[in-house]
Amino acid sequence: MKIKKNVAISESGFIFNPTTGDSFSTNPIGLEIIRMLKDDKGKDEIRKTILTKYNADESTFEKDYYDFVMMLQNNQVAEETE
Amino acid sequence: MAIKQKITVAVSGLNNIDSPGPGIPVIRALKESKDFEVRIIGLSYETLEPGLYMHNLVDKSYQIPLPGSGIDSLMERLNYINAQEKIDVIIPNFDAELANFMKIENRLKSELGINMFLPTQEQFDERHKANLYEFGEKHQVHVPFSKMMFSTAEIPTIANEFTYPMVVKGKFYEAYIAYNAEQVGNYFNKLSTKWGLPIIIQEYVFGSEVNVTALGDGKGNAISAVPMRKLFITDKGKAWAGISLDDDELVNIAKNVISSSKWRGGMELEFIKTAENKYYLLEINPRFPAWVYLAAGCGHNQPEALVKLALNLPVEPFGGYEIGKMFIRYSYDMIVDLKEFEQISTIGEL
Repeated sequence: MKIKKNVAISESGFIFNPTTGDSFSTNPIGLEIIRMLKDDKGKDEIRKTILTKYNADESTFEKDYYDFVMMLQNNQVAEETE
Repeated sequence: MAIKQKITVAVSGLNNIDSPGPGIPVIRALKESKDFEVRIIGLSYETLEPGLYMHNLVDKSYQIPLPGSGIDSLMERLNYINAQEKIDVIIPNFDAELANFMKIENRLKSELGINMFLPTQEQFDERHKANLYEFGEKHQVHVPFSKMMFSTAEIPTIANEFTYPMVVKGKFYEAYIAYNAEQVGNYFNKLSTKWGLPIIIQEYVFGSEVNVTALGDGKGNAISAVPMRKLFITDKGKAWAGISLDDDELVNIAKNVISSSKWRGGMELEFIKTAENKYYLLEINPRFPAWVYLAAGCGHNQPEALVKLALNLPVEPFGGYEIGKMFIRYSYDMIVDLKEFEQISTIGEL
């Protein structure tokens, strides 16, 4: 999963996709995940970071991470890496 | 400080209403010109066009005859207006009036010294809604399949060639989505009463609407093409807010259309972008759209460039434009003295 190159992400969690004109806002954890995806970090690394930093169990992470990246993909903010 | 050239530009489309004409946005862009100090002459058809009363933008206004009156009465009126104002350039902004202005373009230049920069008759005709499918084939751009309809008796035949829903479009303006034959008939009657025949039936393509405002120099060069997506749409289908896009493919399609057709003048291209990222051209409007001021806001002052082209001044294609710039319309109540309304209603000048 990769964040599209031209997608703009602000400090406040405001996301703008200049190709579609859509904009979204995300909470601080969402922003953190997006930044990690933008830095080409893989799911395992993201899982490790989130589980270390926050009080979450693995199955909750799996479910929420899946929902979140699907949302990014459906809104053309992210795309599958080959 | 650079000295600006003083010019007088006459502009129509002052109906800055919920389905706005492009006049006021064109004027705002011209007033921001870096090269011209522009005196604006408003050309109006109705006495309640808000632009008539916007004295900060429109210096003087004149009523002109409705397009149905023909070119002789238009020429006569423009002759009178020109005698008062010495017009350098006219920018007509209504689809319905363009045919008349195109017919008198050469006469205006030779007899009155007034310049315009309009599409040719051939360009105007081939991009017409009724001919758009063929236009797409000629200029290699996807266009939803469409057919002209002249009578409700054709509905059963049409229904065999299309699947529901289908789009029912007026000759000049308005379009509705019909889900059954009864709705096609209703919209046919509604649109033909308002805009005349033919009615255009178009294949319905699902996706998001994206539009481009553009300017062609008539030699195949796109001076500018700025894409926008509507963010808020009124019940009349007009953009109340929009945002400039970073979409090279869309810009390239627009540039190819301009290059292939050697488009002369301002234009708006309306597309549907499908979920598969395929672009379908829905319509070409042969003049700037009402949201053209966004292009100026993005760094492409298309109306100013059109004036330069009309005056035969050199114009280079613009470079990049600002992405993610938004426009948001608002309504505003002007308080107008009855005397002003009386003046435009009785003597046709304000």
